[in-house]
Amino acid sequence: MVAFSISHDRIPNNVHLSDDKRLQRALEMWQPNFLNWWLDMGPQGFQEKDIYLRTATSVDSDGWAVFDYVKMPEYRWGIFLSPPEKNRTIPGGDFAGDPVWNEVPGEFRASLRRLIVTQADTEPASVEQQRRLGETCPSLYDLRNLFQVNVEEGRHLWAMVYLLQTYFGRDGREEAEALLNRRSGNIDKPRILSTFNEPIDEWLSLFMFTNFTDRDGKFQLLALAESAFEPLSRTCRFMLTEEAHHLFVGQTGIQRVIRKTAELMNEHDCDDVRPFEAIPLSIIQRYINFWYSSSLDLFGSEQSSNAATYFAAGLKARAHEARDYEDHAAKTGHYDLEVLKNGQLVKESIPLRNAMNEILRDDYIKDNEKGLNKWNIELQKHHIQHTLYLPHRRFNRTVGLYSDHHFDPQGHLISKDQWEESKTHWLPSKEDRAFVKSLMKPVTERGHYASWIAPPLKGINALPNDFEYVKI
Amino acid sequence: MFIQFQTHPDAYRHWRLKIESQIARLVLDVKEDEGLYKDYKLKLNSYDLSVDIELADAISRIRFEHPEVKVVVISSGNERAFSAGANIFMLGQSSHEFKVNFCKFTNETRLYMEDASLHSGIHFICAASGTTAGGGYELALACDEIILVDDGNSAVSLPEVPLLGVLPGTGGLTRVVDKRKVRKDLADVFCTISEGIKGERAVSWNLVDTVVSKSHFQDAVEKRAQEVAGQTDKSIKKDIQLAPIICQSSNNLFQYDYVHLEIDIEKRLATITIEAPRTPQPETAEEISQLGSELWALKAFRELDEAILKLRFNFCDIGLIIFKTKGNPAHILDAEKSLLQLTKTSQPFWFAKEVLLHMKRVLKRIDVTSRSLVTLIEPHSAFAGSLAELVFAADRSYMLSHSESFIQLSNISHETLPMGNGLSRLEARYYGAPDMLENVRHRFSEGPIDAKTCQTLGLVTFVLDEIDYEDEVRLFLEERTSLSPDALTGMEANLRFIGPETLETKIFSRLSAWQNWVFIRDNATGPTGALSNYGKPTRPQFDFTRC
Repeated sequence: MVAFSISHDRIPNNVHLSDDKRLQRALEMWQPNFLNWWLDMGPQGFQEKDIYLRTATSVDSDGWAVFDYVKMPEYRWGIFLSPPEKNRTIPGGDFAGDPVWNEVPGEFRASLRRLIVTQADTEPASVEQQRRLGETCPSLYDLRNLFQVNVEEGRHLWAMVYLLQTYFGRDGREEAEALLNRRSGNIDKPRILSTFNEPIDEWLSLFMFTNFTDRDGKFQLLALAESAFEPLSRTCRFMLTEEAHHLFVGQTGIQRVIRKTAELMNEHDCDDVRPFEAIPLSIIQRYINFWYSSSLDLFGSEQSSNAATYFAAGLKARAHEARDYEDHAAKTGHYDLEVLKNGQLVKESIPLRNAMNEILRDDYIKDNEKGLNKWNIELQKHHIQHTLYLPHRRFNRTVGLYSDHHFDPQGHLISKDQWEESKTHWLPSKEDRAFVKSLMKPVTERGHYASWIAPPLKGINALPNDFEYVKI
Repeated sequence: MFIQFQTHPDAYRHWRLKIESQIARLVLDVKEDEGLYKDYKLKLNSYDLSVDIELADAISRIRFEHPEVKVVVISSGNERAFSAGANIFMLGQSSHEFKVNFCKFTNETRLYMEDASLHSGIHFICAASGTTAGGGYELALACDEIILVDDGNSAVSLPEVPLLGVLPGTGGLTRVVDKRKVRKDLADVFCTISEGIKGERAVSWNLVDTVVSKSHFQDAVEKRAQEVAGQTDKSIKKDIQLAPIICQSSNNLFQYDYVHLEIDIEKRLATITIEAPRTPQPETAEEISQLGSELWALKAFRELDEAILKLRFNFCDIGLIIFKTKGNPAHILDAEKSLLQLTKTSQPFWFAKEVLLHMKRVLKRIDVTSRSLVTLIEPHSAFAGSLAELVFAADRSYMLSHSESFIQLSNISHETLPMGNGLSRLEARYYGAPDMLENVRHRFSEGPIDAKTCQTLGLVTFVLDEIDYEDEVRLFLEERTSLSPDALTGMEANLRFIGPETLETKIFSRLSAWQNWVFIRDNATGPTGALSNYGKPTRPQFDFTRC
């Protein structure tokens, strides 16, 4: 067991940890187990290395991003809530306009706990999924970014554990322990959401994950940031600032892969850049198709009674509920869904509250379109006549209305045979995956980058690209 | 839609029944879109009546067609859930009478599982892989043991109170404390946590017997099934096949071979006439086996059972059932005497035993049928042996005083056909009057008992002569069917079940009665009730008055 003491210096926080005996006691129990989990399931092979990481030491503008070398097990995982808004009221649902809750109402204890546990479980899960990627890093810059994402997922776990331990009594403490006991991909104690049980064993998938799957996380956090339960809302608002970095890693990572491919296409005047150990646009497209569609699943069923219940109770709301909507009760409105009736897609009107998952998915799709646009601009800059696309929301779904049928990337209904025949054109084939994996050779020399990815436009914290981000 | 109760393993849509030597495997794999009605989807192995009709059929067929079976493993073919219980949207849109009848039928089926365990040496193992919620857990509770997968997620739960504002209606509350002996305060916690209890805590509270990790789950279930199959002693080879029940129907007349059901819509009453065997029934085990489901004692009671179910579900405004019998009472007595003798040997004949157990279950189904029951004992009727039980099951009996009107008692009334409270119908009839009961017992082998003696012994309610009989009966029927059906249901259920309580009577009286009350309250089914609002965009609003 790793010895540990609770102090403000050791655990940066803005939740008065030094005055909170109950939280201190809970953390004294939990923290050593967290560290053991981190050593056991965190990034493999780099625990003793000095890594140039950003640590949040306060929520002020000069405190939320303090850069220095640190060994990951000594990282100062802190507990931060965004500063309270004065007189904040409940943004949506039946209690919209009432003062927010600073304690959990008994009536919603079980539902809130479940929401928090489900969100929390994804944080350690992604660290576990990515634990072996360090072995094949394309550069020290990327390696450092991976670890930054990992320690921040760890901090997000802390943030959720803080809520569980502070507001949910004994059950909360037990759930906090359970978060350290489940294991991604372990059939006997799997992570809650199935996507988080698939290992991520190469970097193209990591970039796809941090772009598409973490973007789902962003929208879940945006919905939870509108919670009536004030501590949850404030926690999520602070997490969003960190989540933005993860999206940056994904967004720019994919863009750098595209840039490298475009450069090689021009240099050799060809489409197939595989001989030059880079990734053709066709494979990139198939990866996009796979990761985008599986991330769309994470929003849940198009028509959902749980979503309606959570909204009605104010446990979560639409992204930017307070800022962007007028009718916060959403009791009377409808949402038009395209549903399959007798082999035909027809519009069906469902109550707005039951469509909350779909509304969040709409926002997610729009956000992705912006990212896609940046990638296509990269291609245009290189005068490449090729456009990457996002498949239709009905494509390759395993959750919800469309999961029982097959659709092509444009969203047209197709037969099972057509699907089987074409799916390797649309989704990564075994060969694609094997090829991408074959490129994964570690590059750990300062300023050097793997054959399949371009250097970043600028380094971390305004440092140069050849900075020693990780001391190997 | 006219609801039918007959099915066959080849026609099951929601269950798969596989028999491998002494182990029967029942796999629940509900087809979402193939429920009884089309306006709900049976997601996550949730069930409606169509699923339960198949289960009841399977249990019955295992007993008669696969008597060698020692272990039944109930498992799920659904990846995510063992079963999420009765489908909430189905319940939400069902009429009150359908909900009540649905719950009664599912309760009877679960009790039949326990009856098979107790009397037919069949050990039920529930392999609960995934969500085991509400009625799903109640199905597990009806098994002898529950093995739950330990994957950090799968829990057993009774979420009805916190989630739906109703009660677990299939014996859950009763079995948690009475059968599994979960401490009552822990049961209180369990029944108010919608997500339920999982893992080691479920074992330590005795909500399940064991938890096993996912990777070892199948093996553990298999090992346990083999272990139990090896322990019990049962070596039966010859089975019988349950032939389809044939019923000709027209204009509210349902004609089976031995049973005749006639519905009088206008008078809101039904007449069920049961005919005695037309010829002497076989006496030896071999002959009886050869007849199989054509044996009167099985065939007539299967038909009677079907007729009662038809009435319950399809004719809810029929308030009263008249039981009549006809034929040669001696054939009944002889037939039953052979059956009883064959079960009292050192190696009881399994089929005779199952036929008598089936008879017991059908009579119990009549006991809990919420219609006024009246028996008319008229000349040339055949109220003998098991059919005499109808006189004692009824709320009232009218006997026409006539030289050809008799009741004949036999040992079958002694302890073969107990009610749900564990008493024979005669013990219930003479509760608090042991001397009277003794008097009656002395008449068991004395042949026909005439009207006058029946009156003296208190075997019937009224004995009337030819001048009064017809008019008295008519007046009674008219009067009875004019009273409040709700009050009658409550009154009859109270008077029928005199004496001690058992798990079974608690389920049908305490649990079902409260459930049926909760079902009609606004807090459950009113516009702002929890059941009405489940899955809707609105939250329930309770009237917090305690009654």
